[in-house]
Amino acid sequence: MAVETNAAPAPAGHSPAVTWRDRWQTFRLSAWLGWQVESNWADPLLFAVYSMAKPIASALILVIMYRIIANETAEALFPGMYVGNALFMYVGALMFGVSWVIMEEREYFQILKYIYLSTASMYWYLAGRAVAKFLITTLAVVILLAFGAAFLDLPLRLSQVDWGLFATVFPLGILTMIGLGYLLAGVLLISARHGSGYVESVAGALYLLCGVVFPLDVLPGWLAAAGKVIPVTYWLEGLRRALLGQSFAQALAGYSDGQIVLWLAISTVVTLGVSVWFFGRMDHVARSRGLIDQVTEH
Amino acid sequence: MSAPLSVDVQNVSRQFVTKKGQTFWALRDASLQVQEGELFGLLGPNGAGKTTLIKILSTLLLPTSGQARVAGFDVVREADKVRRVINMVSGGEHSGYGILTVRESLWLFSQFHGLPSKAALARIDELLEVVGLAQHAHTRINKLSTGMRQKMNFVRGFLNDPRVLFLDEPTLGLDVETSRILRSYVKRWVKEKPGRTILLTTHYMAEADELCDRLAIIEGGRILACDTPANLKRTMQDEVVLRMEVYPSLAEPQRLAQLPGVLRLVPDRGQNGHQVLTWGLADDGVIGTVIQALQQDGVRILRLEKADPTLEDVFMRMVGRRLTDGNGQSNHSA
Ligand SMILES: Nc1ncnc2c1ncn2[C@@H]1O[C@H](COP(=O)(O)OP(=O)(O)OP(=O)(O)O)[C@@H](O)[C@H]1O
Ligand SMILES: [Mg+2]
Repeated sequence: MAVETNAAPAPAGHSPAVTWRDRWQTFRLSAWLGWQVESNWADPLLFAVYSMAKPIASALILVIMYRIIANETAEALFPGMYVGNALFMYVGALMFGVSWVIMEEREYFQILKYIYLSTASMYWYLAGRAVAKFLITTLAVVILLAFGAAFLDLPLRLSQVDWGLFATVFPLGILTMIGLGYLLAGVLLISARHGSGYVESVAGALYLLCGVVFPLDVLPGWLAAAGKVIPVTYWLEGLRRALLGQSFAQALAGYSDGQIVLWLAISTVVTLGVSVWFFGRMDHVARSRGLIDQVTEH
Repeated sequence: MSAPLSVDVQNVSRQFVTKKGQTFWALRDASLQVQEGELFGLLGPNGAGKTTLIKILSTLLLPTSGQARVAGFDVVREADKVRRVINMVSGGEHSGYGILTVRESLWLFSQFHGLPSKAALARIDELLEVVGLAQHAHTRINKLSTGMRQKMNFVRGFLNDPRVLFLDEPTLGLDVETSRILRSYVKRWVKEKPGRTILLTTHYMAEADELCDRLAIIEGGRILACDTPANLKRTMQDEVVLRMEVYPSLAEPQRLAQLPGVLRLVPDRGQNGHQVLTWGLADDGVIGTVIQALQQDGVRILRLEKADPTLEDVFMRMVGRRLTDGNGQSNHSA
């Protein structure tokens, strides 16, 4: 598109097609914007404390609890629990990162409607806004795992990591979390109030169902069954195998690595498909109710 | 063959549900056609349905019934295509990424629209100059006054050189000088760029009169009239518009409105606190009757003019009340 032009635009009935380049551009810009928002702390030290110290502190609380129990089972489960808890930080950060954009842009910046009109794709925009959160979380996870390996006898050795499995499993889970973010973004689009409540309850439910700090085996049958259809469960299992070389839950121990990857891939595709469809539906509902530019009166 | 339609609204209605659960129509059976290259105005009082129509046309709100096309695309089924060729600016709001500077924010939007970065920056600087915001290009948005934000928002609307541009009260709350600058830019833009169309809402009748090739008068969700400003005013030719400032205020205007030959009497408060009476009279002969009646009531006439009809008068004749409540709130310089 030329900028300073007095030429007539394309004739009515013609609209420039959205290309993959447009989508990538949206994603990139959105990531840049996300970084500006995220790093907008007056004090970098405060920022570091907030984004690192908090998760590390909560991990340590878990460590202490496990140490207090101090029986054989707890001992055996400790590595899986520690790694699961560290990796779960991605789930909260990405779901929040993707979905909260809706609230922030609509209520706080009051700019959501202009984003709607300008960007090639809302999906790529939302995903891009979570990139900064992803990077910060990665740093926190690495610190946490390194701390575990150095001081808590976590059997994590870089030379023994199954990098092939890791490289297959890790990105699939990230896609799942972006999908879950779209689902929540759809919910937030049609509900002005209680926004953060929804995000936190979903994160809480996943923490319980996906065998994060205790294996699926301890859940009642129907809850364990629910856990087994959520991709996050397979993601954590796959990463535990890749990083530690061991399974966590008996319920999943019988699966081969290939089966774990397969289930993860299938459930990820389903999650993404459903969430993209759902966001589209909620987008329609929001437009029919006039919520795209609604600002809650305080 | 006539030029293609830029905006084609067919019997569009929009219903809302109030907090108390009642339904009401913000827009009722609205139809209008805007030609390519036109600067078209929607003139109406608060709550008339102007913003509702703009939101429907800019794909942010779905109509309850009826159909609308913008640049040839259906605003419901082809929203994505519509969005690629339009832009929108709403006045009187407080939007913007507080954390970015003016220039950064505008650059970001230019990139979302897919413009080449360097050319976009040149354009941004040029537009900032036009609206008088150049010295604030590197100011963070959260340090801007509301009016400055509005100017920035105005610039954003022109960034992608849209084929159809919606301006919802673009000069709301801006000072006289700034409003004048924005108006002349709007006018020039649509004249100089072939194939562009602007749909503008306002409740400043002088703004509508000055800018618009054609306009629709809208009230209570209905479009009451649609024509050029000149033609609309011409409908007033069969009556005499008389404006007077009086003291003390006329106690029972309704009674004098019944006088033979008086078509309309709209009382209002003038700038200096004196009452202003606007009369619509059947002919010059009625002027004497009116003056006499006022004298009998002990009301003194301080100032009297036989006025050329304005769009305000057209509106008063159609709706029976003034377009803007109160006086002197227009930012249109005399
Ligand atoms: N989301 C909504 N929910 C309920 N009612 C609404 C909503 N949006 C608008 N309305 C109502 O619809 C009517 C028309 O509103 P609209 O904003 O279109 O008026 P307007 O002509 O733009 O007025 P103004 O000059 O004040 O901007 C008003 O009565 C308004 O209260
Ligand atoms: Mg309005």
